[in-house]
Amino acid sequence: MLKDITLGQYYPRDSVIHRLDPRTKLVGTLVFLLSLFLFRSFACCLVATLFLGAVIRASKVPFGFMVRGLRSIMVLLAITMFFNLLLTPGIPVLRIWKLTVTREGILQALFMAIRLIYLIIGSTVMTLTTTPNHLTDGMEKGLAPLNRLHVPVHEVSMMMSIALRFIPILMEETDKIMKAQMARGADFESGGLIKKAKNLVPLLVPLFVSAFRRANDLALAMEARGYRGGQGRTKMKPLIYQKRDYGAYLILAGYLVCICAAGILSPL
Amino acid sequence: MSIKIEHVSYSYGQGTAYEKKALDDISLEIPQGQFVGIIGHTGSGKSTLIQHLNGLMRASSGKIYFHGEDIYREGYDMRALRSKVGLVFQYPEHQLFEVDVFSDVCFGPRNLGLPPEEVEARAREALDQVGLGEPYYKKSPFELSGGQKRRAAIAGILAMHPEVLILDEPTAGLDPRGRDEILDQVAALQKERGMTVLLVSHSMEDVARYVERIVVMDDGRIRFDGTPKKVFAHYRELEEIGLGAPQTVYVLRGLAEKGFPVNTEATTVEEARDAILEALGRRNVC
Ligand SMILES: Nc1ncnc2c1ncn2[C@@H]1O[C@H](COP(=O)(O)OP(=O)(O)OP(=O)(O)O)[C@@H](O)[C@H]1O
Ligand SMILES: [Mg+2]
Repeated sequence: MLKDITLGQYYPRDSVIHRLDPRTKLVGTLVFLLSLFLFRSFACCLVATLFLGAVIRASKVPFGFMVRGLRSIMVLLAITMFFNLLLTPGIPVLRIWKLTVTREGILQALFMAIRLIYLIIGSTVMTLTTTPNHLTDGMEKGLAPLNRLHVPVHEVSMMMSIALRFIPILMEETDKIMKAQMARGADFESGGLIKKAKNLVPLLVPLFVSAFRRANDLALAMEARGYRGGQGRTKMKPLIYQKRDYGAYLILAGYLVCICAAGILSPL
Repeated sequence: MSIKIEHVSYSYGQGTAYEKKALDDISLEIPQGQFVGIIGHTGSGKSTLIQHLNGLMRASSGKIYFHGEDIYREGYDMRALRSKVGLVFQYPEHQLFEVDVFSDVCFGPRNLGLPPEEVEARAREALDQVGLGEPYYKKSPFELSGGQKRRAAIAGILAMHPEVLILDEPTAGLDPRGRDEILDQVAALQKERGMTVLLVSHSMEDVARYVERIVVMDDGRIRFDGTPKKVFAHYRELEEIGLGAPQTVYVLRGLAEKGFPVNTEATTVEEARDAILEALGRRNVC
């Protein structure tokens, strides 16, 4: 189950997309996601498909990994389509018992599905090509102006990178403790709800203990190495825009123009 | 024979970018009552292998038999298997969860469905075997030192009276005395109860001293399998894969190379002493 969530799983490859500045990718993803809500016609859909396809091609990540994240939204997708199909007023095309399917409903459902799917794939492309640390670095730098409004940008992004870093560690730990207790005859599968919850105690207690121990150790280690928060801190690898980033922004602008044009020229 | 492994392979992260073959076509037979040492450098697949033996991990391919029965057979009772093949994990102290040491040790036997008196009797016995006396019974596991936690965790498995006991580096981080105490106790149990013991260790000395057979793992495969004498005779190859032999082997080989007529087969300190004394006696140097 947990394995299906591709979101947040970096796929190492040497590609232009991987090498882009995380800020560029963040902005690009944001623009792409917003653009999905602009479009209402097949022409726009075509432009978005071409753009997404080109980016996926350039990222060199196998297509299978992109769509893996879709599995988790299958149910949501089905429900959305179902309601859009039946509850949109317009010209009826099909009548089953008391339910009417309209022409508008079909289009609406179709676009909704495409939007949702592209939304997931779009953000998956970013997380597959950017390490979580790089991502938080990008956010920190991108949001740096907020510092003037006394938003602790550095601290928040540090917390985020630590949290992200700890997810796999805690998952591994859970797995280990679960196995250790199963070796002692613990049973995590059978029984009713209350019994199951009770059976979790041997898992949760050691897990929390170890999480606190780790947090404590990490805090100590950071202080021992002189960490005092963001003030005066410099980066070993500062983020600097390269030529390819400006190129990417140009392409992005081109994409925006195309999709707007497509929206205006062919309103459905 | 108690455990038989046939052509077992296992890969971590199958179908992802991080696929890693941890076991590669392993075949192994372990007879009842044998004391086996498993050695191998870090990441050679020792922990992965032993987790297959009680069904916690499922091989990607291959078969495992316990008392001649295929454990991957439909409807095989894995929980029963786990109670018979006791596995003490690397850093077992992380599994302690009860309010006090005694209840924690009771967890395993209680899961076997034994009556309460029997559970307590076994917990007492097991705690005694690992050298934790009465004063520790009511202590919280989190108040104990690292080594004491380790002992409590080992007691938790011993109390289940497994037929096969697997220990994954049980002595890492223990003082020399504690190490000897625990391993002596395990060796005694192996003799008394005819328990099969698998000891994963990085310490060549420990392995040489206690086990009757050594399995050397390297990069997911078995490189050597035989008595300590036979395996340590390959000490050069062992060094190549990041291991070595007990100090005694080096001392004796060094003496032999310098022309001292000593028998170089000995692996434990006592044997080495006898070998040297014998050689000295032969030359009448004393
Ligand atoms: N949960 C995991 N996910 C992915 N790969 C793993 C995992 N656990 C182990 N591995 C890999 O499998 C290989 C074998 O690991 P294993 O833990 O069996 O080694 P080991 O011989 O027990 O090492 P050590 O002496 O350090 O305990 C290693 O290369 C390791 O990188
Ligand atoms: Mg290990």
